Amino acid sequence: MNHLISIEDLDRADIERIVAQAERFAEVADREIKKVPTLRGRMVLNLFYEASTRTRSSFELAAKRLSADVVNFAASGSSVEKGESLKDTVLTLSAHKPDAIVLRTPWAGASELVAKWCSAAIVNAGDGKHEHPTQALLDVYTLRQHVGAIDDASIWIVGDVMHSRVARSNILAFQRMGARVTVAGPPTLIPRGIEQLGCDVRYTLDELRSADIVYALRMQRERMSETWVPSLREYASWYQINGRRLTPRQILMHPGPVNRGVELSGEVVDSPQAVITAQVEAGVVVRMAVLFELLAGAREQRSLAAVGGAGGGSGVA
Amino acid sequence: MSAAASSFADDASPLVGASQPPAELLLRDVRVLDPRAALDARLDVRVRDGRIAELGEPGTLEAGDGEELVDGYGRLRLLPAFFDPHVHLRTPGQEHKEDLETGTRAAAAGGFGAVIAMPNTDPVLDSAPLLRSLRDAAAREARVPVGFLPAITRSLQGEQLTEMAELRLQGALGFSDDGKPVRSAGMLRKALQYQRLCGGVLALHEEDPTLSRGGSMHEGAVSAALGIAGIPTIAESTMVARDAALAGYEDARVHFQHLSCAASVEAVADAKARGWRVSAEVSPHHLLLTEEDVRGMDTRMKMHPPLTTDADRLALIDGLRAGTIDCVATDHAPHARDEKEVPFEQAPMGTTGLETAFAALHTGLVLTGALDLAALVLRMTAGAALFGLPAPLIAVGERANLTLVDLAGEWVAGEHGWESRSENCCFAGRRLRGRVLLTLAAGGVAHRDRALAMVEA
Repeated sequence: MNHLISIEDLDRADIERIVAQAERFAEVADREIKKVPTLRGRMVLNLFYEASTRTRSSFELAAKRLSADVVNFAASGSSVEKGESLKDTVLTLSAHKPDAIVLRTPWAGASELVAKWCSAAIVNAGDGKHEHPTQALLDVYTLRQHVGAIDDASIWIVGDVMHSRVARSNILAFQRMGARVTVAGPPTLIPRGIEQLGCDVRYTLDELRSADIVYALRMQRERMSETWVPSLREYASWYQINGRRLTPRQILMHPGPVNRGVELSGEVVDSPQAVITAQVEAGVVVRMAVLFELLAGAREQRSLAAVGGAGGGSGVA
Repeated sequence: MSAAASSFADDASPLVGASQPPAELLLRDVRVLDPRAALDARLDVRVRDGRIAELGEPGTLEAGDGEELVDGYGRLRLLPAFFDPHVHLRTPGQEHKEDLETGTRAAAAGGFGAVIAMPNTDPVLDSAPLLRSLRDAAAREARVPVGFLPAITRSLQGEQLTEMAELRLQGALGFSDDGKPVRSAGMLRKALQYQRLCGGVLALHEEDPTLSRGGSMHEGAVSAALGIAGIPTIAESTMVARDAALAGYEDARVHFQHLSCAASVEAVADAKARGWRVSAEVSPHHLLLTEEDVRGMDTRMKMHPPLTTDADRLALIDGLRAGTIDCVATDHAPHARDEKEVPFEQAPMGTTGLETAFAALHTGLVLTGALDLAALVLRMTAGAALFGLPAPLIAVGERANLTLVDLAGEWVAGEHGWESRSENCCFAGRRLRGRVLLTLAAGGVAHRDRALAMVEA
């Protein structure tokens, strides 16, 4: 693997390999000294065009536990605000020769573009509403820890699917791991054509009982002003996961941060069925595994591919 | 066109280009195809003083003094020069993308003998002084004649009509707010009423912004997978239906630009069946590409209206074949490299198209049997008559507006660069069949491929 840009590029074996590596790193996390020297002397650049505390610090911690040097570059307050293009920013930062760039942008496809412009390994930490592959990997890891294999499991992804990169990566990742995925939410927030990804679509939670795992998405307040739904109150009354809707055998997940009282009621967040904190914990070890995979795993292969790619990389067919 | 309109058109010739020396050449043994002239035969064609002077049996005409000789070997095709009713020459204000010289050079290289330029420039072409200065510039710089469509509303804001009558006196071919729809039905209705005074076709970019807002591509399976906000086809088709009804009510003449979906073709067919005076165009990319081509998020595949589904594409081809869609228009929309080298959602809309239109359509429609060559030639020349101009014709006495093509000639789009200043072509890198070797526009040689052997007699 040269980059982690989309779950679409991974098959089941790739996902299982990363999850298994994360399990090995989890042992490190339980030691008194949490650091391993695997990536000593390597540089990881966090390039974030969107505010993000959790994902960025999770990547930072992952890189540091692997003994890599970390540089954080936030787009606000930098040359980006002076009008520098993404390409120029990437070319400038590439002069520091980062081994990996962790990239978060509000634009679909940005990671793929950046991968063409520089030789660093690119980790997509969220590209617009397109994908957030490390979130999907850590969700698969979390489920592995809590329920084991998810073959034939029914997973419901509930809420604002339209604006969710988490939904898109998770639909693909859960399906790769053998699960059946249903997306449910208000018709205004389920994109036309989403069923062609192979998932079922529901506009009510009437059949939520059939789910083994319920994955609630964050409902953003700005969606109200754009009248995607009439009100948060109405949204909550139809789509909130609460004690009335959740059955005791179901696992509850959420990518965070949670809007208590909107997509989740307080009681389910704090229930033993919720694995939300475990998801956060999984973030660091899974991102360690991703950096390990890209920078330590097939290192020589990658540099060769990067040289080969430089010649023919500009034309997109 | 009403009687009142023709008196306006007489005042200033609506097409203007830099005068080229009149061509003097003999095209020997070329396969002449001009459906309007009922011509499909091997002939010798003499062009003297920029006009078609003589047609003869192949091998019977001799090149005279000072005449260049081009041998077609009974293989090269001579067609009427194409007419593109929809290009963006980016002048004034965006000359880093294109200007009158580079844009018309691209047109000539694609076999076009004349083009119509859109007004979404900076400043917007919405006043007579600007039209005059642009026409003066075209008279110095344009390789092929250019007609101009000034804006329907000032600054394309949709709030106040331009001085349409004054603009017509200064040579406006018609009017368009291209790039933007005329959102208000009431505003468009006033323009349609005013057309009774001054004539001039209203060319309409159809899009309901309340449905398309925020979208970067066609709304469907691919936009759902990519997480990119979609533009539904009804954003276009409902506006086509609305404006066809307005034109019918006012008995006005409108032209629908760059149709992109089956529902719009149906709306146009319905309007024509009712006898409303509507016409329509379609762009090569909508006839040949679909939303699947956007999957790689290549910004050259981002245009307005967006690439749609294969079912829409097939309906557009059917519409073109049946004549519901009257003509092909490239919507040549150049953008600088750094403007397109950005993430898909940030990129401006548009693809260049002048240099690839014929070859792409010949490869994608004629060679696949979807459309015969004569029909393609008709549709690539029909734009002139829609705007009240004579169609280019291969007949003795006519001004030479001719395109010589090698239908067997293979090339890779963009392999030797572009005549256009911009390179954002959705067909770049594709292997195409059909090369334009020579273009004569308004009697002069506008383009000559370097591969063309020309012998001075």
